[in-house]
Amino acid sequence: MDWIQNLGKNTIERFSAIGRASFMLFGAIVAKPNFVKGFPLFTKQVYVIGVLSLVIILVSGLFIGMVLALQGYTVLVDYGAEDSLGQMVSLSLLRELGPVVTALLFAGRAGSALTAEIGLMKATEQLTSLEMMAVDPLRRVIAPRFWAGVFSMPILAMLFSSVGLLGGHLVGVEWLGVDQGSFWSIMQASVEFEGDILNGIIKSIVFAIVVTWIAIFRGYDAIPTSEGISQATTQTVVQSSLAVLGLDFVLTALMFGS
Amino acid sequence: MNINKTDFESPHVELKNVTFSRGERVIYDDISMVFPKGKITAIMGPSGIGKTTLLRLIGGQLYPDSGDIIVSGQNIPKLSRKELYAVREKMSMLFQSGALFTEMNVFDNVAFPIREHTKLPEDIIRTMVLMKLEAVGLRGAYQLMPNELSGGMARRAALARSIALDPELIMYDEPFVGQDPISMGVLVRLIRNLNTSLNLTSIVVSHDVKEVMGIADYIYIIADKRVIGYGTKEQLLESDSPLVQQFLKGLADGPVPFHYPAPSISQDLMQG
Repeated sequence: MDWIQNLGKNTIERFSAIGRASFMLFGAIVAKPNFVKGFPLFTKQVYVIGVLSLVIILVSGLFIGMVLALQGYTVLVDYGAEDSLGQMVSLSLLRELGPVVTALLFAGRAGSALTAEIGLMKATEQLTSLEMMAVDPLRRVIAPRFWAGVFSMPILAMLFSSVGLLGGHLVGVEWLGVDQGSFWSIMQASVEFEGDILNGIIKSIVFAIVVTWIAIFRGYDAIPTSEGISQATTQTVVQSSLAVLGLDFVLTALMFGS
Repeated sequence: MNINKTDFESPHVELKNVTFSRGERVIYDDISMVFPKGKITAIMGPSGIGKTTLLRLIGGQLYPDSGDIIVSGQNIPKLSRKELYAVREKMSMLFQSGALFTEMNVFDNVAFPIREHTKLPEDIIRTMVLMKLEAVGLRGAYQLMPNELSGGMARRAALARSIALDPELIMYDEPFVGQDPISMGVLVRLIRNLNTSLNLTSIVVSHDVKEVMGIADYIYIIADKRVIGYGTKEQLLESDSPLVQQFLKGLADGPVPFHYPAPSISQDLMQG
């Protein structure tokens, strides 16, 4: 009978965590916006979360574009269809790899840092002391980080895809000798703004919300000890990666499955 | 010195029949306390009995199961969030760790509450911050980051921050823990001086008997979920309560158990 008890306990814990997370997000973002005070906090977080993630995003994008071109070429060349390499690389990046890989890298790079930072602020009583100074930590600490994450990740995903295309071009055209004209023109003819680019951006906005939300909640809800924070950081990476992959399937089915 | 009746006519903070529990464990059982205005009241007691919890109850961070907590005439557990924040602007709390914001230097830390709650121009803020830092002897350290400060300095910087907006009530959570004798002496004098010069109401939570005896006007001793002794230093020293005497003299044997509840040691050792 123990497993039934455990099942019930775990289920209740899951749902109560979702409830706490919702209250936290609600408290952070449903407020009269104060642009004078909020904007500098927001821009600082965009720098910490977004700009400092640029290197890992750009380098990964470049290599993934190169690998895609290389793999795609070996298959396509058998059918004499290597001219379509541009189409293959661009669709894979815009529809799937751009948003998904960016979200996974973002969870590892920025999400874990967010969790650890907020968790440590909690452990060192900085959040409590904000509260005692009559400053709401949800608005002061959580809200700018949330908005910065939601703002940064779609831009990072777009940059990822763009650099990936350049990587694909580098390998496909410069190295393997695919015709430059057909590489770009077939790509332009096959990529649709609404169907491919916009859907990719919508995906990455959804991922941005989910990953940032998980990261800040895990930090805010962390047990304020060194072990608790290490657990919370792990949970952020595991849960947001799983959430991204699961949601990607759902979104893909909604957008592209007919 | 005896209890001065006029001190209690308009107390700054008052707890009335407060009961508080964490899960199954009862921390306070129907406790009532009074903190007179403009005085230093100390709360002493063995560790682990929830002295910090008491400060959090007064600050409105925790809610009691029942009872009233009155601060400046307002009942904290009944206040709306907005009203609570308004009350908190007039109180401040010095945390055990100092809780300085690690991403700001000492100056910005002290300036933080002023910038958050007032619209004063930067040059006035600068003057205010430097004056507060001068009071705690850290004017020369205004550019340092919190990680460059020693524990004692961090506590003093945090003290400067908690008096930045001239609060009416200040709560010190274990201010003497881990201080060397020099900074201990400095802190004790600071707390006393702040209290006289700003006419603050101070609540000091501590278990350092000697230091507390030196500065407190009134002392509460808490153990076993309730108040076991209350009064001025002299009254407590003369008290015939064995509980109070045990605590003040630091005896292991007495009504307050030194051991966490456990089966008898012979029983425990034989089981292995």
